[in-house]
Amino acid sequence: MQVIQLIINGILLGGIYAVLGVGMTMIFGIVKLTNLAHGEFVILGAYGSTLLAQALGVDPILTLIVTIPCMFLIGMGLQTGLINRVMLKGSEPALLVTFGLSIILQDAMLLLFTADARHAGAAYSSTILKIGGINIALLDIILLVISLVTILILTMFLNKTYMGRSIRATSDDTQAASLMGVSVKKTYAIAMGIALATAAVAGLCIGLKWTFYASSGGSYLLIAFGVVVIGGMGSIPGTLVAGLVFGLAQVIGGANYGLLVSYILLIIMLAVRPQGLFSK
Amino acid sequence: MSEPLLKVEGIQAKYGDFIAVHSATLDVPEGKIVSLIGSNGAGKSTLMDTVAGLHRPSAGKVYFKGEDITGLPAEKIVTRGLSLVPQGSRCFIRMSVEDNLIMGSFPKGVRAKAKDNLEKVYNLFPVLKEKRNDASGSLSGGQRQMVAVGRALMTDPELVLFDEISLGLAPTVIKDIYATIKRLNKETGITVLLVEQDTQRAMKTGELCHVMLKGEVVLSGPPRELGDDEIKKAYFGI
Repeated sequence: MQVIQLIINGILLGGIYAVLGVGMTMIFGIVKLTNLAHGEFVILGAYGSTLLAQALGVDPILTLIVTIPCMFLIGMGLQTGLINRVMLKGSEPALLVTFGLSIILQDAMLLLFTADARHAGAAYSSTILKIGGINIALLDIILLVISLVTILILTMFLNKTYMGRSIRATSDDTQAASLMGVSVKKTYAIAMGIALATAAVAGLCIGLKWTFYASSGGSYLLIAFGVVVIGGMGSIPGTLVAGLVFGLAQVIGGANYGLLVSYILLIIMLAVRPQGLFSK
Repeated sequence: MSEPLLKVEGIQAKYGDFIAVHSATLDVPEGKIVSLIGSNGAGKSTLMDTVAGLHRPSAGKVYFKGEDITGLPAEKIVTRGLSLVPQGSRCFIRMSVEDNLIMGSFPKGVRAKAKDNLEKVYNLFPVLKEKRNDASGSLSGGQRQMVAVGRALMTDPELVLFDEISLGLAPTVIKDIYATIKRLNKETGITVLLVEQDTQRAMKTGELCHVMLKGEVVLSGPPRELGDDEIKKAYFGI
């Protein structure tokens, strides 16, 4: 029974990890950029949901209606106004720019939102369901569903729409895509917008499940990074599986050794199959 | 004589300081199959990339249907009816054959015709219909080339530039693809510019032939009127 409980906990955690990694893997695969500011974007999303829910007195999940479009626009703006420009000079300057962005964002959030711990509470936050001998938090199930729905919508968008296909085509071959009438810069901007929209979802999950600070971005970036590498950079189904693997590893390691086990797994993965589980 | 469909005037193209195309001038009359031959490094591919908008010229002009398209990006040029099948097919290897083809109808003006055009491509290359759900990266070289040609046709072009489509393919496959191009030209009136290293094949297929040497078009005319010796001289520069 304890084993089943452990596996379920791992899966529930893994859903959040997957949605945490999915935005980063998209930027990896499509824009060919390591977005070091992804953790800060996630925290920005967490602040957005938490403060908005408090101010309006609504369920934090409802705030996605506002935070997703806002984060999408921020992502498009950043890519168009800043990252596309520096990418002309190569991928290293762009990498440094995302590092700079992460520092600026972190300090800006500290300034705006103070150093206090934040948490988004909801009516169902402490409800525990007992099924058989297994305890499951209702919140965890809700977060898993949110994560899975996000990844499902993203996958369908990428597979079934012209815009989604053009994003995949650009990730395979930018020149051939432009020969098909695709503006590569516009596609990058949309991809960054979508990545930040998923960061809004990840932020909501984190705000609901844990407490966070303006400086929490770094640790979530590390988790996202692990998920991206294990899943195979740029693969969305890979991210889902890797998120679950990472979640399980963390649960198996427990409160003390969770991160240790996860990162040992990451190192083994890099040594044995550096291209990831689901790679090109 | 009426205005040619494509008019390239004194195009110069550089990679940094290296000048790949010095000054290329050529015409492609409407409805014809025109071939462009030249040895390795003569600048044929660079010229094609420049015409299609993948590379910005440093001098010269490109006119398509009488309009100046010099320096326009590729994604704008394709909407005007000029499509390039790039060297080495350049399929979207992780996407299915059908998704590759559907990418060809990305320009908004041709989306309504996507279904019809897809049927046309499948009629032209029935094997692609069989493999429609396979990743294009799993196809043979010849089939990938078919995907690339089909994808270009999906954009509803008036002029298609084929950049060395025979490269690395088996002779029978080359023959098939050339037969298809001829059929396309005859049945739909699509104008074709074929870039080739294989002089014999280019001379046989093209109604007009341009020879490129060291970044310049050095000889132009109908293949029958150009003597073998003259072409050899132009090709090798002796």
